[in-house]
Amino acid sequence: MSSRDAILQRLRHRSGGELTAPECDFSVLDRPEWTTAEKLDMFEQTIESVHGEVHRTTESGWIDRLAEILQSRGAQSLLIAKDHEIGQALQSATKGREDLPHLLIYDEPVESWQETLFSEVDAGITSTRGGIAETGSLILWPSVDEPRLMSLVPPIHIAVLKASELYTTFHQAMQSQGWATGMPTNALLISGPSKTADIEQTLAYGVHGPKELIVLVIE
Amino acid sequence: MSETAQHSAHHIDVKEFHPRARAAIHNPQIRQNFRKAMDGLMTKRKSAFEGWDLETLRDLGANIRLRALANLPDLLEQLEQKLTENGITVHWATDGDEACEIVRDICLARNAKSVIKGKSMVSEEMELNHYLEEQGIEALESDLGEYIVQLADETPSHIIMPAIHKNTEEISQLLHDKTGTDLSHDVEYLTANARLQLREKFMNADVGVSGVNFAVAETGTLCLVENEGNGRMTTTVPPCHIAVTGIEKVVPNLEDVTALLALLTRSATGQHITTYFNMISGPRKADELDGPEEVHVVLVDNGRSTIYQDDELLDTLRCIRCGACMNHCPVYTRVGGHAYGTTYPGPIGAILMPHMVGLDEGRHLPTASSLCGACGEVCPVKIPIPDLLVRLRQESVDGDTVHPAKVAGHGAKRSTVEAMIWKGWSWMHARPGIYRLGTALGARFRKLQPGKIGGWTQYRTAPKLAAKTLHERMKERSQ
Repeated sequence: MSSRDAILQRLRHRSGGELTAPECDFSVLDRPEWTTAEKLDMFEQTIESVHGEVHRTTESGWIDRLAEILQSRGAQSLLIAKDHEIGQALQSATKGREDLPHLLIYDEPVESWQETLFSEVDAGITSTRGGIAETGSLILWPSVDEPRLMSLVPPIHIAVLKASELYTTFHQAMQSQGWATGMPTNALLISGPSKTADIEQTLAYGVHGPKELIVLVIE
Repeated sequence: MSETAQHSAHHIDVKEFHPRARAAIHNPQIRQNFRKAMDGLMTKRKSAFEGWDLETLRDLGANIRLRALANLPDLLEQLEQKLTENGITVHWATDGDEACEIVRDICLARNAKSVIKGKSMVSEEMELNHYLEEQGIEALESDLGEYIVQLADETPSHIIMPAIHKNTEEISQLLHDKTGTDLSHDVEYLTANARLQLREKFMNADVGVSGVNFAVAETGTLCLVENEGNGRMTTTVPPCHIAVTGIEKVVPNLEDVTALLALLTRSATGQHITTYFNMISGPRKADELDGPEEVHVVLVDNGRSTIYQDDELLDTLRCIRCGACMNHCPVYTRVGGHAYGTTYPGPIGAILMPHMVGLDEGRHLPTASSLCGACGEVCPVKIPIPDLLVRLRQESVDGDTVHPAKVAGHGAKRSTVEAMIWKGWSWMHARPGIYRLGTALGARFRKLQPGKIGGWTQYRTAPKLAAKTLHERMKERSQ
């Protein structure tokens, strides 16, 4: 008998007999309905408590803000998506201005430029699929246009979040967006920059992923 | 098979708990490192649950896990089907050795020479690193704590914080000796250096091996909880990802992970959520630009289906591996994780490991507890750990006729003399005349009582029988 069948058979023919499944009541996760402003305040407070940075901006002002942020960090290069509206906007903006860093478009399989990605890219910018106020989390569903490593390898990760897409809890976000009907190959919650406390419980940022997480909230 | 025999040679003698515990108690550095860390973790957990209806949330956590266990075989089949539909290859292993062989075969088929690992306690159960090294495949840990422990050729002393037994100075010296990092007390510097060294390894690794926190049957999704990003690197950068998981980690619905995640991170480290919650539902699609080409899942039994047979012991399988029981355990805090000599230390280890190593080997584990109950009180899924410790204590002396012992290696602590004493005790207590005669004789000859009774009087004075028996005193009072 295969190991699979042996394991399943042992589980099926349990000597203790059949088990009854208890009811699960998820209402303990419910929260009162918050306004967008309340959600945003909560989100900002929570993500900042874990070293994330929030900048409130607008549809017309975010590129200026981004340029300031990257300049203050001395970032030389920014990884962007090819087709996403964020990438498109940056590509057209950069033509008329000097204050944006060199734009790199992630449009080739990682194997062909892995060395460059790992050692030479200063920052990456991605969209989000919303945020979670209670835990200060960003929802990311990496895609063909915005691959997984964009939010992981560069030392600075900039995420663009629409204030109108904030949810109160993870449970609410998952239910509202109908995740159970189909998941992408990879989905993520990101709540702050990469960190560790493995050396004597002392916090250190950027151990493997980004050292900085900067959220541009479009109000 | 010779490789299996070699493989088990690395085992620590679990039976030698007492000498290790004694040594740890007399090591002020260990005591200080653990005390400081555990105090911090307890405080953080407490504040993370402020404003929550914790009891109701724990009930939900317990019910979600119980519901999953009630349908375990069906859920595993559903999980297998969904994962397969998603393009993930599913393997089943009855024990750690078989799981190691599956990982080896996947590596061989890809001609893989190096494996990078995300944190996985099941892979510690399997002793995968040693096995792969014997096969000529490099296996490198990438979680900073695991990396430190691996450089020191040790095992994790805590399931969440593997290197908690070491302080900064010890780690700095270790990194200096093994990797040439400059000696420094600057944690940021030490961390940045490890980042540089491990980035090289991520880029060149042929295979990434990770654990799984929750496996969701309805969508075929593997969930990983982490702060560092090494788990994401491990599961994204190498061309092949192998996830190893115990069969009990499956839950029916995606919704279930919202409650379990809320409990897990708060109980473990007092975080509202970890930096990354990574949900993997398939390998890289044809047009995607990164991610592994191949994803495998190894479902490991390793004694779990045996625990599953018994209604009471079954509760052990609810565990979501937060480590809160060890953080709150007065014994663990004093002796540290290595004293146990097991993959999982602390209270959860004491109720889980006897099933994996046998109660003969693990005979001292259920007694490594004061039964203060803290572990049961903080468990996010309400595992009655103290009750299970008592049950295993009974099993280790072969229980009684009402509850016949079941766990492998039961009866290892049974002593004929002790059994006879208790038999005599029960015989005497069932006969009032003889009981009265016995206690009266005891009271008369109390001077003859020994002053030293083995281990009992090492730190305590011996109890003395009273000059008059209770019966005699009551008789006097009624006159």
